[in-house]
Amino acid sequence: MPEPLLQIEGLTKRFGGIVASDNVTLPVVQGELHAIIGPNGAGKTTLIGQLTGELSSQSGTIRFGGQDITALPVWQRSLRGLARSFQITSLFLDFTALDNVALAVQAHAGHSFHFWRDARQQPDLRDPAHAALERVGLGRRADALVANMSHGEHRQLEIAMALATKPRMLLLDEPMAGMGVEESARMVELLRELKRELTILLIEHDMDAVFALADRISVLVYGRIIASGEPAAIRANPDVRRAYLGEQQAVTLNG
Amino acid sequence: MMRDPRTALVAALLIFLGLLPVYVMAAGNNFLLILFTRIIILALAATSLNLILGYGGMVSFGHAVYLGVGGYVVGILAKEGINTGIIQWPLALLVSALFALIIGALSLRTRGVYFIMITLAFAQMLYYVAVSLDRYGADDGLTINHRSQFGLLNLSNKVVFYYLCLALLLGVIFLVARLVNSRFGFAIRGAQSNERRMRAIGFPVFRYRLVCFVIAGTLCGLAGVLLANHTDFVSPAMMHWTRSGDLIVMVVLGGMGSAFGPLIGAVVLLVLEEALSGITEYWQIILGPLLLLIVLFARGGIVGMLRPRHA
Repeated sequence: MPEPLLQIEGLTKRFGGIVASDNVTLPVVQGELHAIIGPNGAGKTTLIGQLTGELSSQSGTIRFGGQDITALPVWQRSLRGLARSFQITSLFLDFTALDNVALAVQAHAGHSFHFWRDARQQPDLRDPAHAALERVGLGRRADALVANMSHGEHRQLEIAMALATKPRMLLLDEPMAGMGVEESARMVELLRELKRELTILLIEHDMDAVFALADRISVLVYGRIIASGEPAAIRANPDVRRAYLGEQQAVTLNG
Repeated sequence: MMRDPRTALVAALLIFLGLLPVYVMAAGNNFLLILFTRIIILALAATSLNLILGYGGMVSFGHAVYLGVGGYVVGILAKEGINTGIIQWPLALLVSALFALIIGALSLRTRGVYFIMITLAFAQMLYYVAVSLDRYGADDGLTINHRSQFGLLNLSNKVVFYYLCLALLLGVIFLVARLVNSRFGFAIRGAQSNERRMRAIGFPVFRYRLVCFVIAGTLCGLAGVLLANHTDFVSPAMMHWTRSGDLIVMVVLGGMGSAFGPLIGAVVLLVLEEALSGITEYWQIILGPLLLLIVLFARGGIVGMLRPRHA
């Protein structure tokens, strides 16, 4: 078996006396869509923070593409191809959709110490940005001011910006958060397409989406991975049912 | 284009500034020329502040320090007998850049109120350094006997000096306008808009901010060079924190993040100051509430007020 694209080993994060990530070990293999589920407060967002570098870890290592990235700052992880979307939309509100994505392209197009030429007139930034917007279905909204766009469009834009950095792997933090049924369905379609080309680590509350998309699922409870496996195995796992799913959700899962 | 009131205002202002010396020479009113030379120089300083404050979101409360640094380099060199501008000016810009580099490298590690406080602290520190320079006038300041010498260009001629300042101001406004739309400018504005996202998409935010801070400090140093030549005098008051405050007021009043905003703010603030102080000794009682109203009801300053509704 080849080395996984992302290898998390013994990752731990404590806030005072609270252990938010407890010795998390998790391989994400090239090409798979790996979902992490868990009840609120299980430490999913902490784990994402550690992976992106916004949070430091007390112990453990993160290897990405065969290299140790545990100590790298946020921006260097992005440059190495680890892209993320935010659970709570985090965009440049006072810019257009195209500007937002073009900035993501620019970040990966060498240094930005170019002081003279108008960045809005540069096809090597604008064309890939347009392509990324088309990809997520926002092609016609390119010139809309982000502050004026809908929540669903913001979620799509989040994905477009992650894609524009030409990542090797996507970390998606609840991409369906706050979406209506229809928008969610469209997002599932988009992710289904993306998973053909990209390795994806998906954190999501929407169980229908998770079970429709995931190749593997890991269950995080109190900062600990209590089970990891294919969707069918997770569905059947008694520990998972007891710790996380609860009675009424177990019914949904069976259905 | 002229339907936009902003364009009309800027065009009118530029025509006024361009023709002012003609009127002054005809009417023999030197006072106006001196006032507007000063306004133009401070507008240049405010334009440099706008680069970090309006586009970069870095609220420096010590920006006047570079006025002082640029001015003192000219003053000290003149005192030591070096009057040629070819040495004075580049050296002044270089020293300003160096100070901005040091101050920026330390203060840009902080955010928000801490950044405001630490830039203020640095400015106060340098203020007291200037006060302690016994050889160079200490708190009385230092008179400059000869303006910077540039061969045929005679800076002692008030009209020549006025046009030089105006040309430099317009050059700097143009430079800043190009800069903020370049890749570098997008990096700076992106970091103002959403720093966390900038890091997440792969920008090393700190180094872009630092370079921006140094550019702004250097440009303000140029304003300091001009101010020293304008008043034939440098003193610690040039970098007093109230002067830094004035620069912030000019930027906010005129319109943060707009190319001509700082110029408009400088003209309005200094002309009001001049006019009101002619009416009453307590002119600040009138000016204060006026500024308060503009800040409260016209976000985006004067330029923001003139923005067409549909845009």
